[in-house]
Amino acid sequence: MIWNALLLSLREIRRNLTRSFLTVLGIMIGVSAVITMVTLGNGATRAVQDQIASLGSNLIILRPGQRLGPGGGVGAPNFKLADAQAIESQVSGVEAVAPSIARSATIVRMARNWTSSVTGSTNAFFATGNWTLAEGRYFNDTEERAGRAVCVIGETVRRELFGAQSPIGGDMRIKQFSCEVIGLLASKGQSTFGMDQDDVIVMPLRTVQRRLTGSQDVNSIRISVQEGVSVDRAMAAVQQLMRERRKIGANEDNNFNLMDTRQIAETLTGTTRVLTMLLGAVAAVSLIVGGIGIMNIMLVSVTERTREIGIRLAIGALERDVLLQFLIEAVTLACLGGIIGIVLATVASYQLAQMMQVPFLFDARINVVSFLFSAAIGVVFGYFPARRAARLDPIEALRHE
Amino acid sequence: MTDTAPLIELRQVAKVYGAGMAAVHALREVDLRIDQGDFVAVMGPSGSGKSTAMNILGCLDAPTSGSYCFRGVRVEHLTRDQRALLRRHYLGFVFQGFNLLARTSALENVELPLLYRGLHASARRAAARAALASVGLSGWESHAPAELSGGQQQRVAIARALVTRPAVLLADEPTGNLDTARSREIMELLRALQSERGITIIMVTHEADMAAYARRIVRFLDGRVASDTLNGTLAA
Repeated sequence: MIWNALLLSLREIRRNLTRSFLTVLGIMIGVSAVITMVTLGNGATRAVQDQIASLGSNLIILRPGQRLGPGGGVGAPNFKLADAQAIESQVSGVEAVAPSIARSATIVRMARNWTSSVTGSTNAFFATGNWTLAEGRYFNDTEERAGRAVCVIGETVRRELFGAQSPIGGDMRIKQFSCEVIGLLASKGQSTFGMDQDDVIVMPLRTVQRRLTGSQDVNSIRISVQEGVSVDRAMAAVQQLMRERRKIGANEDNNFNLMDTRQIAETLTGTTRVLTMLLGAVAAVSLIVGGIGIMNIMLVSVTERTREIGIRLAIGALERDVLLQFLIEAVTLACLGGIIGIVLATVASYQLAQMMQVPFLFDARINVVSFLFSAAIGVVFGYFPARRAARLDPIEALRHE
Repeated sequence: MTDTAPLIELRQVAKVYGAGMAAVHALREVDLRIDQGDFVAVMGPSGSGKSTAMNILGCLDAPTSGSYCFRGVRVEHLTRDQRALLRRHYLGFVFQGFNLLARTSALENVELPLLYRGLHASARRAAARAALASVGLSGWESHAPAELSGGQQQRVAIARALVTRPAVLLADEPTGNLDTARSREIMELLRALQSERGITIIMVTHEADMAAYARRIVRFLDGRVASDTLNGTLAA
């Protein structure tokens, strides 16, 4: 019986192709919107996770101010080099501590110029950031101590300023001073949401403090923890030490914040997840609107086919035969819409993922869930018109013009 | 006549539409027996109750009072779905307006009643082809109703009614929309079905010419059976 009803509904859909297409349009758009949003959202989340994973799993970042983000550091004093040294000597299990300060600057080489962030730090910066050298060398002791004008640059900076040439030994002009390139970092490759990790220039801390910021301040300290040592315990020890050094009373809040990469990942992926859910929910509303479209057309269809229903009842169709026929027709339409929607979504989210430079992650679960949801919409919104059809009086229905 | 149980027996059947002052008595105390294999023409002016009687005979409607016995089953006690099953297994309908499904081939139209019997596709197709052949429409299987003449459409409708091998064929003015020549063809076909296959035929008609093909003529007037006569002018 169900097989027959399916056959009948397919016949009916084929008989009215244009109308069937218009009927499923809403479901199609709804399903493809939901899947596209969720797929892209998942891709964005993955991109953020990958970027953070490239920082290393055992990294702690210490910044002034109570929270991360703009305005979070207002009023809170910066750190000093001595703070970093204290952490290195007093906290056990620490592998490397990199005090750093960054300034945005325009770098000129011959006819080319490039605006980037110039970071002043120590060789520990490379260890804590999981960087490796592609060419050249890191800073030596003399350069660090004396604050020489030397720098290690990232792949993007090399490409913008040196083109195809090797940058090692080359000179770049930063503000009023000239700086020699001694090393080129291996590319990390990821570039998402306009954050290019390879767009980096690193100089000795003292060089930046003297020539760019003009102060002894350090505005972030990166601490990498030894393998096998608890990151939580190291964080607690750093926090204790910093509260002492910054003379914070027992009842006062920290005027600095500590985050490990796991927390940063959670914060950022949390944001993208909320956005994904929000967009998915909006798309789901359009799916329900699509269901109302199906109900409308099915009601029209029942009225239009009243005589047909009368014939079926006269030749011996039971109420439930007619109910099943119209219900299955609605569900078949909804499912067809769902399938077309899935195909559209796969194409659209693949293209959009390329455009947005996020990975394309095919999520089987959201595809299955959307499909089942569209089938359920077919049942819910198809039931009312189907019941109306089934309850028609055969004599009245046969007289219907 | 004989003492065997009749196929159809109406006893004191009444049908009232509405209630109170507005009540319309469509049928009043109708008694009617129809035996297996009979060919009955039902005549009468409009409003005489013949359509109501046909609806009740066709189990599309239930009487308000009285009893309707079909093959020993008391139809007035059946539910809507039970009456549908009775129609499915024993009754075939032919309508004045043909009532074929538009944009659906003749073969699919004829297959329709078999869908509700759970027959396999190949069995359905074979039975539908045979039914179309029996009304002289071999070779027209794939034509939609719009591509067929009125007479051919009515033949398709008759094939659809016959495909389930019903005991009774109920025809409601089957020639009402056809010209005289086509009408005669349809009537010849019905008479052949009755005489060769023993199908009981009950036919409503306005035209005496058409009623002349029947063995027996029942005339309705004001909701009652006014006359019930054997047809003397039955053509050889």
